[in-house]
Amino acid sequence: MRFTPHTPEDRSAMLAALGLGSVDELFAVIPEPLRARSWDLPPGMSEPEVSQYLAKLAGLNAQNLVCFLGGGFYDHHIPAAVDALISRGEFYTAYTPYQAEMSQGILQSIFEYQSAICRLTGLDAANASLYDGGTALYEAAMMAVRKTKRKKLIVCTSVSPIYRIMLRSYTINLHLELVEADVSDPAALEGLLDQDTAGLILQNPDFFGVLHDYAPHFAAVHELKGLGILGCNPIALAVAKSPAEMGADIAVGEGQPLGLPLSFGGPYLGFMAVREALLRTMPGRIVGRTHDGQGRVGYCLTLQTREQHIRREKATSNICSNEALCALAAVIFLGLMGKQGLVELAELNMTQAAYARERLTSIPGVEPVDQGPWFNEFRVRLPIDARVAVSRMIDKGIAAGFPLGRYYPEQANNLLVAVTEKRSKEEIGYLAEGLEAVL
Amino acid sequence: MKTIFAKSRPGRRAASLPCSRVDERFCQMSQLPPELRRSEPAELPEVAEIDLVRHYTLLSRMNFGVDVGTYPLGSCTMKYNPKFTEVAARLPGFAGLHPLLPQLRRGGLLAQGALRVIYELEQLLKQITGMDAFTMQPLAGAHGELTGIMLMAAYHHDKGNQKSLVLVPDSAHGTNPASAAIAGYQVVTVPSKNGVMDPTAFKEMLNDQVAGVMMTNPNTVGLFNPYIAEIAEAAHQADALMYYDGANLNAIMGYAKPADLGFDIVHLNLHKTFGTPHGGGGPGAGPVGVVEHLRDYLPISRVDMRGDGTLFLDYDHSKSIGYVAPFYGNFGVCLKAFAYILALGGEGLKEVSQDAVLAANYLRVKLGDKWQVAFDRPCMHEVVFSAEDKVARHGVSALDVAKALIDEGFHPPTIYFPLVVKEAMMVEPTETESLENLDALVAAMGRIADKAAADPEALHASPITTPVGRLDEVTAARHPVLQEPLEEAEA
Repeated sequence: MRFTPHTPEDRSAMLAALGLGSVDELFAVIPEPLRARSWDLPPGMSEPEVSQYLAKLAGLNAQNLVCFLGGGFYDHHIPAAVDALISRGEFYTAYTPYQAEMSQGILQSIFEYQSAICRLTGLDAANASLYDGGTALYEAAMMAVRKTKRKKLIVCTSVSPIYRIMLRSYTINLHLELVEADVSDPAALEGLLDQDTAGLILQNPDFFGVLHDYAPHFAAVHELKGLGILGCNPIALAVAKSPAEMGADIAVGEGQPLGLPLSFGGPYLGFMAVREALLRTMPGRIVGRTHDGQGRVGYCLTLQTREQHIRREKATSNICSNEALCALAAVIFLGLMGKQGLVELAELNMTQAAYARERLTSIPGVEPVDQGPWFNEFRVRLPIDARVAVSRMIDKGIAAGFPLGRYYPEQANNLLVAVTEKRSKEEIGYLAEGLEAVL
Repeated sequence: MKTIFAKSRPGRRAASLPCSRVDERFCQMSQLPPELRRSEPAELPEVAEIDLVRHYTLLSRMNFGVDVGTYPLGSCTMKYNPKFTEVAARLPGFAGLHPLLPQLRRGGLLAQGALRVIYELEQLLKQITGMDAFTMQPLAGAHGELTGIMLMAAYHHDKGNQKSLVLVPDSAHGTNPASAAIAGYQVVTVPSKNGVMDPTAFKEMLNDQVAGVMMTNPNTVGLFNPYIAEIAEAAHQADALMYYDGANLNAIMGYAKPADLGFDIVHLNLHKTFGTPHGGGGPGAGPVGVVEHLRDYLPISRVDMRGDGTLFLDYDHSKSIGYVAPFYGNFGVCLKAFAYILALGGEGLKEVSQDAVLAANYLRVKLGDKWQVAFDRPCMHEVVFSAEDKVARHGVSALDVAKALIDEGFHPPTIYFPLVVKEAMMVEPTETESLENLDALVAAMGRIADKAAADPEALHASPITTPVGRLDEVTAARHPVLQEPLEEAEA
């Protein structure tokens, strides 16, 4: 299958215009010894053949698995209008909106997305999005380092262990001090927070699904002129105390719950919002509202002097793209849910999770771990290794949750269970009955 | 156009949620204590579904994509994005798959199809580039660069090398120096001579402090650097690694492989070369390939095959740099690129490069009548023109030309880049524009050249066919308005 429109006559006409006999002459500049010696790729396939092959591969993946996996990535319903709108070719086949006059659609949608993120977080300015929640957290940490000119970062162990590994990977060559400790209780900050602390990184709900008020933590870090960074779940923000209300300087998070499919790990969406004072140290694209010569309102990329294509090695980040189409999906999702609907969605998730928690902790030998309150995820302690219990549940067609021993060796028996609005009462029943049977 | 917030009416809604069928008391359990609850709900829009669908449909009509018209934006490879790949990415077996599933014991057996996509794509990318191993984790081109420099750092650290510099040619993409700096290196710029990095200047700047060299070949002026073997050999003698920015791979498929050119690390832009859509600025995907002696440093997990042919996630690599993404990369994008490569096959990919290079050279010659070519010799997949003479004679800049092209119905080329060419206009037609479209672009550029002489004021006033004219970017930056003010929405 080919997507080039050229006929042999077209190619001949172009070659004739160049005074050439064959297209190979255009590659003469590549020295002979450097030429490809092999090109051992399969022959092309037709559209139905490739489609059938991919459908076959898709069929090798779990089709009817009942999913209680979360860990920052959730199986929420995606309203049909999201996909219908982001599938418009005018949006998805465009590039970064460098030519503002012919890109008002994507620019305005990003402006609306930034507005929605500001309203959810309560902070002053949001960027046009980053790659994912983990890279957003890393960019936030680096902002704190740049802004404070300090070298130490304190990260709570209840921040996603996946993101903490990413943070370690990114900072290994940067001569920073990365302190990972359980600072859920603000008293634990004593002896850790000091004049060298650039930032304190917390997560709400934490990796175990528990909601917190981190206002005392952020007050403590502000006393020492460090920055407070909060990772958040965007749907929980509908009901939970906002990052601004807690005193956070930077809010980041994974936007996947806002209308993006799980899609085996991506593409996802990193969101970021900051206080006004940090605006010019923020990485990523930013869209601003302005006007043209006739006074008509329009939108353009702005504050670009922070960026790599102008500042090169002095840029605030090397990022040049955002996840524009994912941000578009998110703002459409938030518009569809609306002011009241998002609150209802958050509460429904909490209700479902509360029911599942009661069902699971009613099983003999299964115990609660935390006091709550929780959002849509919680951990329970099983009488056996959680990995074993989960592997037995797989045979029943249920992904029962995430065994925490993988990232927390001391929690081998703990299982992290996520429950969204998509899990029915019956499915929660299967989970509880199935788990009881395999323990 | 009003924002979605300004179209909000209290009480209107589009949300459709299932009724909870669990006991009332669980609803009460979900009520948060006041100290954990936000004081006011977030002021999100209150609209009906029809309002919202019309709003974003109208916005889409104020946007220009490859599906709308010719998009010769240099260095971005704005080729046609096949539709069947979109359908493939939306298959429930892929789109609904939770990334933690294969990390469960026996869970990998339920993700064999997805793991196979990653595994087979890796084999194909290895063959295309000559590299020995790939990671799909990097989420974009610039992210691939950062990953590549982190691999470079891990290699030198492991060998006990103390190196602090990365060499980058002056024609490089801005992301190259930015990525090297973000990863902790000092950047030294190497000058070009006659359009390509000068091997003599390069060798003078090379020393034992140099950790690596970042290049793209062909480079951003569309020229293949014929001295690449000499440059790579010198770099390797100094134990510096050669990094290949794959932004321009669309030019050489089937003719040359980065590994054969002497490169050790390569990132690919699947959204450029392999037909996945750019999404209005993302998501993309930037897989990174390495030669054998760098394999151990690649991010984990790696997809590997057991003796029985089943695939699994292998985390057992003690020298790995760790995670650069939470899971296995932008899987949905990788899947579309995989579908694209399977559809075209080896001969189809080679034809892509042939047609892309042929089209760029056709424009070089045809546009060369009225426009100054920066380097007047055969180019690869893109060609750079300069409006310097038009500025001098008529006061018409590259920006004016770009805006006038919008009124002609084209997306303009990349302007003011690369920095080594004054008033640069970088044209990359790609292989998917027909001869008629190329001729139409030539004709439009011809009219603009004529108008530059006859009526330059008209060009300063362009574009006039768009919903807004040239925007006041200075005010936008000086007095940033980055979100809809709350009171405006309520008014």
